[in-house]
Amino acid sequence: MQNDQQTKKTPRFKYSSEQVIDKPFNWGQIIRLFQYMKPYSKNLLPKAIIAMMVSTAVRLVVPIFIGVLTFDHAIKNKDTNLLVTLIVAIAGLYLLSWGANTLRIKWMNYLGQYVIYDIRQHLFKHIQRLSHRFFDQRSAGSILVRIINDVNSLQDLFTNGVINVLMDVILLFGIIVIMFIYSPELTLAIMVILPLMFFISTSLRKKIRRSWQVVRIKQAKLNSHLNESIQGIRVTKSYTQEEENMDFFNGVNNETYDSWKTATQQNALFRPFVEMSNAIGTVILLWFGSYLIQGGALDIGVFVTFAFYLGMFWEPISRLGQVYNQLLVGMASSERIFEFLDEKPNVHEKDNAYSFSTIKGEIEFKNVEFSYNADRKALKGIDLTIQGGQTVALVGHTGSGKTTIANLVSRFYDPTSGAVEIDGKDLKDVNLASLREKVSVVLQDTFIFSGTIKENIRFGRPSASDEEVQNAAKAVGAHAFIERLSNGYETEVEERGNVLSVGERQLLSFARALLADPDILILDEATASIDTESEQKIQRALKTLLNGRTAIIIAHRLSTIREADNIVVLDHGEIMEQGSHAELMEAEGIYYHLVVSQFKMLDAI
Amino acid sequence: MGLETFKRLKDFYWPYKKYFYWSILTLILVSGITVIYPMVLQFTIDEIIIKGEYSTVPYVAIGFILLMVIKGAATYTHQFYGDLFGIRSVYELRESLYEKLQFLPFDYYDNAKTGDLMSRLTADVEGFRFFLSFGFSQLINFVLIIGFSLSVMFFYSVPLALITLCMMPFLAIVVYKFDKEVHPAFRGIRKSMANLNTKVQENISGINTVKSLSREDFEINKFDTSNEDYKSQYLTTSHIWAKYFPVMELIGNLSVVLLLAYGGYLVIQGNLTAGELVAFFSLVWYIMGPIMNLGFIMNTFSQSKASGERLLEVLDEQFEMEGKDRELETVRFHGEVKFKNVTHRYKNEKKEALKDISFIAKPGQTIGLIGATGSGKTSITQLLSRFYNPESGKIKIDGKPLEDYSLRTIRKNIGTVLQESFLFSSTIKDNISYGNPYAEMDDIINAAKRAQAHDFIMELPDGYDTILGERGLGLSGGQKQRISIARAILIDPTILILDDATSAVDMETEFRIQKALKEVMSDRTTFIIAHRISSLKHADEILVLSNGKVIERGTHEELIHQESGAYRKIYDIQYQDKDKVFQMNGQGV
Repeated sequence: MQNDQQTKKTPRFKYSSEQVIDKPFNWGQIIRLFQYMKPYSKNLLPKAIIAMMVSTAVRLVVPIFIGVLTFDHAIKNKDTNLLVTLIVAIAGLYLLSWGANTLRIKWMNYLGQYVIYDIRQHLFKHIQRLSHRFFDQRSAGSILVRIINDVNSLQDLFTNGVINVLMDVILLFGIIVIMFIYSPELTLAIMVILPLMFFISTSLRKKIRRSWQVVRIKQAKLNSHLNESIQGIRVTKSYTQEEENMDFFNGVNNETYDSWKTATQQNALFRPFVEMSNAIGTVILLWFGSYLIQGGALDIGVFVTFAFYLGMFWEPISRLGQVYNQLLVGMASSERIFEFLDEKPNVHEKDNAYSFSTIKGEIEFKNVEFSYNADRKALKGIDLTIQGGQTVALVGHTGSGKTTIANLVSRFYDPTSGAVEIDGKDLKDVNLASLREKVSVVLQDTFIFSGTIKENIRFGRPSASDEEVQNAAKAVGAHAFIERLSNGYETEVEERGNVLSVGERQLLSFARALLADPDILILDEATASIDTESEQKIQRALKTLLNGRTAIIIAHRLSTIREADNIVVLDHGEIMEQGSHAELMEAEGIYYHLVVSQFKMLDAI
Repeated sequence: MGLETFKRLKDFYWPYKKYFYWSILTLILVSGITVIYPMVLQFTIDEIIIKGEYSTVPYVAIGFILLMVIKGAATYTHQFYGDLFGIRSVYELRESLYEKLQFLPFDYYDNAKTGDLMSRLTADVEGFRFFLSFGFSQLINFVLIIGFSLSVMFFYSVPLALITLCMMPFLAIVVYKFDKEVHPAFRGIRKSMANLNTKVQENISGINTVKSLSREDFEINKFDTSNEDYKSQYLTTSHIWAKYFPVMELIGNLSVVLLLAYGGYLVIQGNLTAGELVAFFSLVWYIMGPIMNLGFIMNTFSQSKASGERLLEVLDEQFEMEGKDRELETVRFHGEVKFKNVTHRYKNEKKEALKDISFIAKPGQTIGLIGATGSGKTSITQLLSRFYNPESGKIKIDGKPLEDYSLRTIRKNIGTVLQESFLFSSTIKDNISYGNPYAEMDDIINAAKRAQAHDFIMELPDGYDTILGERGLGLSGGQKQRISIARAILIDPTILILDDATSAVDMETEFRIQKALKEVMSDRTTFIIAHRISSLKHADEILVLSNGKVIERGTHEELIHQESGAYRKIYDIQYQDKDKVFQMNGQGV
C-alpha cells in the first residue's frame, strides 16, 4: 500500500486540516448552552423526567419480582396464587412502562427539537444582522457549517443526552442500593468491576474517539479533493494531469485507509473489554454467590435477581460514556456557535437613530479615512460632494478605493475617521433600515436566488404586485427574454443554473433595483464578458435606471464614464482628479492619459 | 433478490475474501459462546446450588472465564476483519472511481452534476462499505444466534420454547410496520435538511444582495419556514419511534411474563428446573433483539444494493477515447491547424453547434473568433483539443488527422485558458505549474511576468507560496485570469487558446499581456476568443460566428470595410465611444 513513487515535492494540493485536540471541559459554556432549555423547564422538561422516572422504576423493580419473589416465595413454597398475583403485577408494571416510554420518547424529542430550533433560529437571526466585515473574513461554506452541522451535532445532546444522564444515574444507583439491601457482601464483591467498566467507558473510548477523529479529518480531505477534481476536471484534462492527480489521490486514499485501519483496530478492542469485565462480574457472582448460598446467607432468588442486575449494569455505564462524548462534541460545536453569537455588528445603530422619510440624495464625504485592516489604508482623507440627482463615476485600478467609497454610502462599514453624510445627516446617526431603503446596490455579480424569475425581481420589494414586477422588467428591457423562457415569469432559476446568461442576470438585477426604487443607486458595473448585443441592452437599461436618482457607479466602460456628471479618478485611496469628461480631457491629467492610452492600445498591436 | 449488483462489484471485495472468511469463522464462535452463558447459569443453579455440589464451582468459574477469553479474542477478530473487509474494498473502489473520474470524456461532465457525483463518491461508497463491513455479517449473525438459542430452548423444554415463541409473529409484524413507516419519515428529514442547507447556503452567498436591499427580515422568515419544517419532519419521525419502540419492548416483556407464568408453573409442577427457567430469561432476549434489528439489517442490504447500482453506473461509463493506457511519448507540433468542413453536435442536442467550419492556421498566426454567446466559438477549440470528436469533417494538425496523435500529444501541445479560470486549492506556484509540475522557479516567475501576474503576486503576504482556494485567499476575477494565462504559458504550448481569457482584466493590462504573448507565440499558433474587438483585432484571420456558422472572415481591416457586416456592427457599437470621447476637444489620436 505504500506510495512507491518517492514524492519529490510538497503535495500538489493543499487542504486545510484540523488537528485532533481535546478541549478542557468548560463548565461556563455548558451552562450557557443549557440556558436554551430554560423556556421548557416548567413544562416539557419535568414531564419528560417524570415519564423517564416511571419507566426506570419499573426496570428496577421487575428483577425483584422475578428473582426474589418468584423463586424464593412462589416457587419455593409452590404457591400458585402468589405466582398468578406476581404475573398480573409484572404485566401491569410492563404496561405502565409502555405508556411511560411512549411519552418519554415523545417528550424528549420535543424538548430536543424545540431547543435545536431555537438555537438555529437565534444563530441565523444574529448572523443576518452582522456587518460586511464579518462576511468578508469568512467563506460561505464555513458559515454554513456552523448553522447546519454544528447545530445538528447538538441534537443528540438535547434529545437524549440530558434525560438519559438522569436516567442512567438513577438506574445505576438504584441497582447498587437494591443489591446492597439484599446482600452487602456480594454487592461489594461485584462492585470491583465498576471501576473497570468506567475505565473502558471513558479512557478506551477517548482513544477510540480520537482515532475516529483522525479518520474524519482524512475523509474530509479526500472529499475536498474529490469535489475539487470534479469541478476542475476541464483544466486537468486540458493539461493532461490525470496521472499526476491519481498519484495525489492514491496518497490521500492510503492515508485514509491507514487511519481507518488504526481506528478499527482500537474500536474492535471495545467490545471484548466490556464483555470481559462482565464476565469477571459473572464469575464473582457464581463463585462468591454460591459460596454465600452454601453458608445459607443467600437465597437462589436473590442470586437470580443479582444475575439480572449484572446484565443491566453495562448499559447505563456505556451510555454515560456516550453522553460524555456527546458533551465533548457539543462543547466543540457550541464554542463555534457562541463565537458567532458573540460577534457584534461592526456598524452600530444608535438608540434614537434618525429615520429618513424623503431625501434629496445629497452625499458628502468629509475627510474620510478607512482601513479594512490595521496595516493598509483603503481611503485617505476623501472629500467629495455629490449633488442630488447627479451621476458620479468612480474610476481607478483594483484597490484604488472605488468599492470602499460605495460601501461607506450604504454604511456597510463605518469610516475609520471623518464622516459620510446624506442630506447633511451623519450616517452614524441614521436608522439602518431607513438608509438602506433609500440606497440600493446593484452588484457586479448578480446573485440569483432559487425560485422563479418573478420572485427574484420581487426581491427588491416583496410587496410589489405582478404588474409592477412586469413593468420593472419592461423598463429595463428584460421583459422580452423573460417571455421567451419556458414558463415566462414563473420559470424556475437557481444560483448556478445556466438558464440565464451573464447579461440577462444583469438585466434582472436592474429590474430588481428599479422595483426597490431607491433615491441613491450604487452600481458596480460588470466586468464579465458580455456579447455586444446584450451590452447595448444593458446600456439602455442603465439610462432608465439612473433617471432621477443620485448614482455612484464603479465604472469600467468608457461609455458609462463619459456620460457621468462627475468623474472621480482614484488611486491608492486618494482622489487624484475630478470633473466632467470634457473638463478632464481638457486638463490632460491622469484621466486623459487613461483614455488616450486605451485607444492607443487598440491601434497599437 | 438482485444479487447481480454484488456479483458485478465482486472484483472490489472478493480478492479480500480472506478477511471475510476470518470474520465469519470467528462470528460462529462468538454466537456459540454467547449462548453458553445461560447454560452456565443453569448449570450453576441446578447442578451446583440446588444439588449442593459446591466443589465444582472453581471448575465452572475458570472454564467460564476461559470461554470468555476465547470469545473476547473471537469478537475482536470478527469485528476487525469484518471492518477491514469493507475498508479495503472501499479503498480499491475509490481508486477505480477516481481513475474513472479522471478519464471520463467531456460529454460525461457536460451532463453530470457535481453534487450528484459527490454523493455517489461519498454516501454510496459508504453505503456499500457498511453492508460489507457490518450488514453482511449481521445477516449471518441473525441466523446463527437465533438458531443456537432455539436449539438450547428446545433442548431444555419444548412446550416452554413454543410458548415463548408465540409472541414472535407479533413482534415481526410490528417491526415490519415500523420499518415501512420510518423510512419515508427519514427520507423526509433528509430532504428537509437538504432544503434548509440550500436556503442557508443561498442566503450566505447572496448576503451582499440581501443587505444592500435590506431584506434581512424577509430572509429570516424564509429561514423560519425551513427551520420549522425540519423540526416538524423530525417530530413526525419521533412519533413513529414513540409509537412502535415501546410496543416492541412491550411484546418482548410480555414474552417474559408468559415465560414466567408457564415456566413458573412448570417449575412448581416439577417439570422444569429453576436453572432452566433462569436460562430462558436470557435466551428470550437473544431472539427478540435480532428480530427487532432485522428491519434495520434488511434496510442496509437494500440501501447498499441501490448504492452499488449507482456506483456501477459510474464504473460502467466508457473511458475517454484512449483512457489510461495512453502513450507517454509525445510529439511536438509545428502548429499548423486545419479544419475542413467540420460539423459538430453535442450529445443530447438537436441543433448543430458547428456547421461546416473550414479554416487554416499557420504556425505564428493568430485566429480570432468572435460572435454572440452560443455561436460556437468555444466548440471549435474544444474539437481542436479533441475533447469531442466532430460529427463530420476533418481536423488536421501539421497535415496529419487529429486521430493519429495520442490525446496526450495533442493536449501537451495545446495551452488552453478556459473561460472560467478555475484554480486549485494549492499555492500560486503550484497552480501556475499545474501542467508542468517539474518547472523551475525561474520559468514560473517568467510565465507570471508575461501574464502580468508577477507584480500582484509579489504584493501578497506569501508571494508565490500563497495558498488559494478553499480556506485560502480569494483573488479577483482578473487576477485569476492572469494566473490561468501564466499556467498556459508555462507548458510551452505550440498552440495557445485564449477563451475569453482577459475579459476581467482592464484594457491596459490586457494590452501588456497581448504584447508579451506576441513575443512568446511568434512562431506558434494562437486562437483568441473574445467579445472585445480590441482583444482580437490584430489577428491574422478573424472568424465571425453566428449559430455555428462562419458568417464573415478576414482581417480586421477587411472586415470593418464591409459596411453592413456583422463585424462592422460590433465595431461600431464598441467604437462609437472613440469619436464621442475625442470629438469634444477635437483631438485625434
